[in-house]
Amino acid sequence: MEQLMKFPKSQSIAKLYFIAAIGLFVGQILFGTILGLQYVMGDFLFPEIPFNVARMVHTNLLIVWLLFGFMGAAYYLIPEESERELYAPWLAKLMFWIFLAAGVATILGYLLVPYATLAEITMNDLLPTMGREFLEQPTITKIGIVIVVLAFLFNIGMTILTGRKTVITLVLMTGLVGLAVFFLFAFYLPDNLVLDKYFWWFVVHLWVEGVWELIMAAMLAYVLIKVTGVDREVVEKWLYIIIAMALISGLIGTGHHFFWIGTPSYWQWLGSIFSALEPIPFFMMTLFAFNVVNKRRRDHPNKAAVLWALGTAVMAFLGAGVWGFLHTLAPINYYTHGTQITAAHGHMAFYGAYVMVNLTVISYAMPIINGRQANNQRAQVLEMWSFWLMTVAMVFITLFLTGAGILQVYLQRYSDTPLDFMVVQDKIAIFYWLREIAGIVFLIGLLIYVYSFFAKGEEVKTVDMTS
Amino acid sequence: MRETFTKGMARNIYYGGGVFFFLVLIGLTVDTVNRISKTDNRENLTEEVIAGKRLWEINDCIGCHSLMGEGAYFAPELGNVYTRFGNSTDAIKGFIMSRPKDGIPGRRSMPQFNFTPEELEQIAQFLKYVDGIKTARDWPPNVKG
Repeated sequence: MEQLMKFPKSQSIAKLYFIAAIGLFVGQILFGTILGLQYVMGDFLFPEIPFNVARMVHTNLLIVWLLFGFMGAAYYLIPEESERELYAPWLAKLMFWIFLAAGVATILGYLLVPYATLAEITMNDLLPTMGREFLEQPTITKIGIVIVVLAFLFNIGMTILTGRKTVITLVLMTGLVGLAVFFLFAFYLPDNLVLDKYFWWFVVHLWVEGVWELIMAAMLAYVLIKVTGVDREVVEKWLYIIIAMALISGLIGTGHHFFWIGTPSYWQWLGSIFSALEPIPFFMMTLFAFNVVNKRRRDHPNKAAVLWALGTAVMAFLGAGVWGFLHTLAPINYYTHGTQITAAHGHMAFYGAYVMVNLTVISYAMPIINGRQANNQRAQVLEMWSFWLMTVAMVFITLFLTGAGILQVYLQRYSDTPLDFMVVQDKIAIFYWLREIAGIVFLIGLLIYVYSFFAKGEEVKTVDMTS
Repeated sequence: MRETFTKGMARNIYYGGGVFFFLVLIGLTVDTVNRISKTDNRENLTEEVIAGKRLWEINDCIGCHSLMGEGAYFAPELGNVYTRFGNSTDAIKGFIMSRPKDGIPGRRSMPQFNFTPEELEQIAQFLKYVDGIKTARDWPPNVKG
């Protein structure tokens, strides 16, 4: 049997990143269930953990664990693709501990002191960057993120430059450099609110509807090559055309955020037209995944990884593509902007695209790092159960929030006698209760997922991967 | 995909399309930044308003409220709260000031931030400034936000 990992010294560093990612993911979902409960029991944990604090923890943990996942995936796949050890494995390990310490300290800061106190302690006044959605981290944390990401890019960049260059590593590297470059807009906080909002999207939109799609497509393409044995040429052609469509639609598609924030009205046309094209790359990803799995030249024993890969393609299309399109046209967005419709889309898009692609790579790589082609039968069955529980729960979370959003839009904005925000919230509470139940099912699915790493059972037959 | 569509063609579309539309985005950004002086209410961007914006940020108000539709959806939209409260900064200050420290049993409640009178005025002036920003089609659709 051939060696499982070609460069175990470098590739096994990914395991640290994956474990941290999953740990923070559990924290994210715990806080998600707290938030869901606060929607219907307004005084839950008040005033100890107010909604805004729990929400910061929920969204920031998501961002940090996705970054851990991306970095882990890069450290795993780049040595293999480049056919050499990482330029500096020690640096990858050092940066792991720095990033983890900074992340945990920041989350504890949110929970232990009032946010204004955190701003004071971390001397936000010297370079104010705090207090914007998703970019709540103290300035010192943001500087830490930049240092970690630069060291990471240097490490993988040198590995790629001095090794074999493949389309996958090139696309992944482009996406990760873009991630770093656009994050710099987090340090630009103008007093003028319109400018503030306009450039805030240069981080948020150009990440999740821009360069992150490159990272995602590269990660998915890598796993699909590995589990299907399909010719690299075929995969690379798909990869190029998918990311081409992502940028062609997504760059000007940023305009769908510039409808109602004091920006020129031409954005209503440009944003509507280009963002209506944004589902295309996700639909192509679905076609691509099913196409190469159907044409597979081998049956990889890791069935769970194949399921995650196909699931990512479908759910990213539904969450980012379909649910994004639902409210992206300006005349519709006029009514839906800033309602539960946005929340519905946000949940399924993040789960379908970025959570699932990370879990795909983890599912594929972790068994190999642990010295086997695939996990035992029982572990895989449990992992597939967790896939279905989490995915179906997320579909229901999205449907319930969509129901809440439609009613909210009607009662608060569309009917002839619009009602107050809080009156409407009370009227749609049933949907929030149902969402909370679905959230708990998601948490159960996640706990089964974690348990699957420890499950013992009958080993699966390995297959020859050299062909 | 058919063989007539080669990997090289796909790669060229990626590079060409990516670079082209990135340049278009930069061009539109320059144009937008030039045009917004007519809508962004900069004439009312006083020191007091800027101080209010900083308070808005360091208390993470966006973690519950939305402002011009962006933020969280747990508490009311505040981009037009000045209008909703009868064009009164006193009403805004009174609301923030009167939040009970331990919340309201069973209901959502805004925390008591213990702002000084000066800080309250700054926040109210910031919200008044935001209300003065001219949004397309005068969004939000009605006074309820």
